[in-house]
Amino acid sequence: MAIGLQHYLILSAILFSIGLYGALAKRNAIVILMSIEIMLNAVNIAMVAFSRYIVPQLLTGQVFAIFIMVVAAAEAAVGLAIIMAIYRSRETIDATEINLMKW
Amino acid sequence: MGLEIAFWLLAIVGIAAASAVVLLRNVFRAALCLILCFLAVAGIFITLSADFLAAVQVLIYVGAISILIILGIMLTREVQRGSPTNRLRVPAFLVAILFLGVVAFALVNTQWQIAGIPPQEPTTSALGFRLFGKDGFILPVEIAPILLLVAILGSIVLVREK
Repeated sequence: MAIGLQHYLILSAILFSIGLYGALAKRNAIVILMSIEIMLNAVNIAMVAFSRYIVPQLLTGQVFAIFIMVVAAAEAAVGLAIIMAIYRSRETIDATEINLMKW
Repeated sequence: MGLEIAFWLLAIVGIAAASAVVLLRNVFRAALCLILCFLAVAGIFITLSADFLAAVQVLIYVGAISILIILGIMLTREVQRGSPTNRLRVPAFLVAILFLGVVAFALVNTQWQIAGIPPQEPTTSALGFRLFGKDGFILPVEIAPILLLVAILGSIVLVREK
């Protein structure tokens, strides 16, 4: 069976689900950030697969993937900076114990 | 034939590495598995004939973001405590499975309009024309460095000693 668009989309959905589970169920804030990176990568795979199979000459999906990478890099930098600031003030990065803004 | 073998190999490696990231107890090993997952995704990009994106994936994700994450693990002493799950583990698993089921059902039952044209190769110059050329994406290209600048300034302000 030849590899088609649906194979790539299913792979992307599986990776996104793994990242979703990690982001919802983990307590370590850095592991949550890593799960979010997996989800962004899954979206990138879907974008590039659509670009390859539906509009091969336009490359729009690849342009979107580049912008997703830019935003992911900014998100990782700011997220880790926030984790550092929280660790400095509270000595923990356990997401269940960071409840300053909870009511 | 080679494309099929490469796809299945990279897909299995990528899914196994991503599962290891969320299942391993050791945070540092999870970060190393995350790097393997990023490399597998770069290989997937090559099978999709997106050569520029594969190189960018290796440079940004494998080179920069994973180093940043490992630095974050090193600077917070959470390695000893491992990576436990919170009490929402079973609902989170159910939500993830439900999401996967719905999306897979929708994907399989949609009639995609596959264009029979072979893909463009190499993509680097074509991407440059799409980004900077006429009717291109020049406004997002101008906004992206502002976003990066704001992110750099924000992270410096956040981690600065008061």
